[in-house]
Amino acid sequence: MKHLILPQTLSLAGLALLLPLLSGCKPAAPQSADGTGRPRVALIMKSLANEFFLTMENGAKAHQQARADRYELIANGIKDELDVSRQIDLVEQMIAQRVNAIVIAPADSKALVPVCKKAQQAGITVVNIDNKFDDAVLAASGVKFPFVGPDNRKGARAVGEYLAAKLQRGDKVMIVEGAPNAFNGIQRKLGFEDAMKAAGMNIVSSQSGYWETDKAAQVVAAVATEHRDLKAVLCANDSMALGAVAALRAAGRLDRTYIVGFDNIAAARELLKEGRLLATADQHGDQLAVFGIEYALEMLKGAAAPADRETPVDLITAESLTAR
Amino acid sequence: MTAAFSPPAAPPEWRRWLTEYLGLVAALGLLILFFSLATRHFFSADTFRTIANQIPAVMLVATGMTLVLIVAEIDLSVGSVLGFCGAVLGVALTHWQWPLWAGLTAAMATGVVCGLFNGAVSVRWRLPSFIVTLGMMEMARGGAHAVTKSQTQYIGSAIEGIAGTAVLGLTLPFLLALLVVVAAQVTLSHAVFGRHLFAVGANEQAARLSGIDPRRVKVIVFVISGALVALAAIIDTSRFQSANPNAGSGLELQAIAAAVIGGTSLMGGRGSVVRTLFGVLIIAVLNSGLAAVGAKDEIKRLVTGAVIVAAVIVDYYRQRLGKGRV
Repeated sequence: MKHLILPQTLSLAGLALLLPLLSGCKPAAPQSADGTGRPRVALIMKSLANEFFLTMENGAKAHQQARADRYELIANGIKDELDVSRQIDLVEQMIAQRVNAIVIAPADSKALVPVCKKAQQAGITVVNIDNKFDDAVLAASGVKFPFVGPDNRKGARAVGEYLAAKLQRGDKVMIVEGAPNAFNGIQRKLGFEDAMKAAGMNIVSSQSGYWETDKAAQVVAAVATEHRDLKAVLCANDSMALGAVAALRAAGRLDRTYIVGFDNIAAARELLKEGRLLATADQHGDQLAVFGIEYALEMLKGAAAPADRETPVDLITAESLTAR
Repeated sequence: MTAAFSPPAAPPEWRRWLTEYLGLVAALGLLILFFSLATRHFFSADTFRTIANQIPAVMLVATGMTLVLIVAEIDLSVGSVLGFCGAVLGVALTHWQWPLWAGLTAAMATGVVCGLFNGAVSVRWRLPSFIVTLGMMEMARGGAHAVTKSQTQYIGSAIEGIAGTAVLGLTLPFLLALLVVVAAQVTLSHAVFGRHLFAVGANEQAARLSGIDPRRVKVIVFVISGALVALAAIIDTSRFQSANPNAGSGLELQAIAAAVIGGTSLMGGRGSVVRTLFGVLIIAVLNSGLAAVGAKDEIKRLVTGAVIVAAVIVDYYRQRLGKGRV
């Protein structure tokens, strides 16, 4: 019994088993200047742990590869959306590398303003994508960065309006919000509210699911028990919609409750086809960073004074999926 | 694991049960009473069925965590390993088109290997498990994202059977988790291996001198934790019919909180799986009740944190009562 376990051998075996799994991760090394005069654009992303931002970064990389002669791309991201200080460090590193332009999806709409101002003062073109910088903080710091991105409120309103057409005036609905401090989450909640209030629905509860499946399932199950005649659940992203589906399925009420989401992830498309999800919204994540990069390149050529530019958000339903 | 163990100094049985469970049962009862008065439908079969449906994964992970804490170690990787095991299961069933049994085996193997790594590395190089499992926390999360390419894997009805099957109104996962809790508690209180855990946690040196191999005990405990996490991952994946590479984030803190509410010592040598189950139930009732009330998010966090601290203070008095020193 004493020699049943040989820790040394076992730990080595453990390492050997884990190595192939880890080899899938590639470090994103910053590239050096190559002296060809191509502008160097730094893309600074939010959470790479999030499917949406990964899609965004991959879209940008594909765009650059197709136009390698036009610009050089240095893409970096942070581990999760809460790692704000790491993102500030990244901007400082990009300033030190003397890139020509920074395209940034800020993890915090206020905390990133000072370091981006520093970049602008160093002669770098800064374009804000995805999560808009706070207007008040921008005004107080006396800077302006053009924002290129979707109107989340408008997108959520379109989803809400599609849902409202299936409901009766006065029906009970609930909203599952994103993380409480996320700008896009707040905008989506407002968009859902706009549509529900306009159609005269009764919003019985609006709580945060922290963008997560299991937290959303917990909140939806509790509210559905409290309100037996709940007719619809509006989720600020698709991961939380998956949680709502699980909670209502367990309660045996999936067939009499509508669920809508936001983001159009692959899993949501399956749910749409199966009729478990009514609608979601696609803000073309793969093109978002590309729009920002294109805009930065235009600005570097000296064209157009900086102004905000809105990118499209489309309503996705089972019908629109089959129509494609 | 056959020899029975009789406690050294035996206070009257009723008194032992009282000090052991009264505080927790009272706390749980008070919470249920409060939320029943504060809402219209909280006190209903629906609520309890819902909670029974939600907690199996946490029950299993917290059970493993309690065993790890008893031997004076800690496992911070449980949340990430849960994400990793679920990811392996999801990818195996969708991309690799494996049959269900093969996917489940792969998920279980992933959990066991992660647990083995945690245990073997911390024992072999005498490293604090806090550091080793912190490393595993990153590695397993990286693994989850690598195999899924950071995309939520939608599995659908292929895996529905596990969480969907119900016996006497209780789901299969809940019954399974309950069985694990009972088995773990019986092992802790009545089996030699269980006594070894307490001995190693209370005083590793003394345990070694009395002929127990603490390193072997610790590796086994980490492997059990890994296996229970894998089981939890299978249950959650089945419940959501999808595998999200971010699943289980923050689960380690939830599991530690449940164990601590149940009076498990972070210093080792003391703990009970049944009491941890009460910790899980208190947190679940609190979450469910606060959501039914529609409490604001900041209030939810304030209340949950306060309950954890209050539980630890109550436990301080419970122990003194147990020793007859009030």
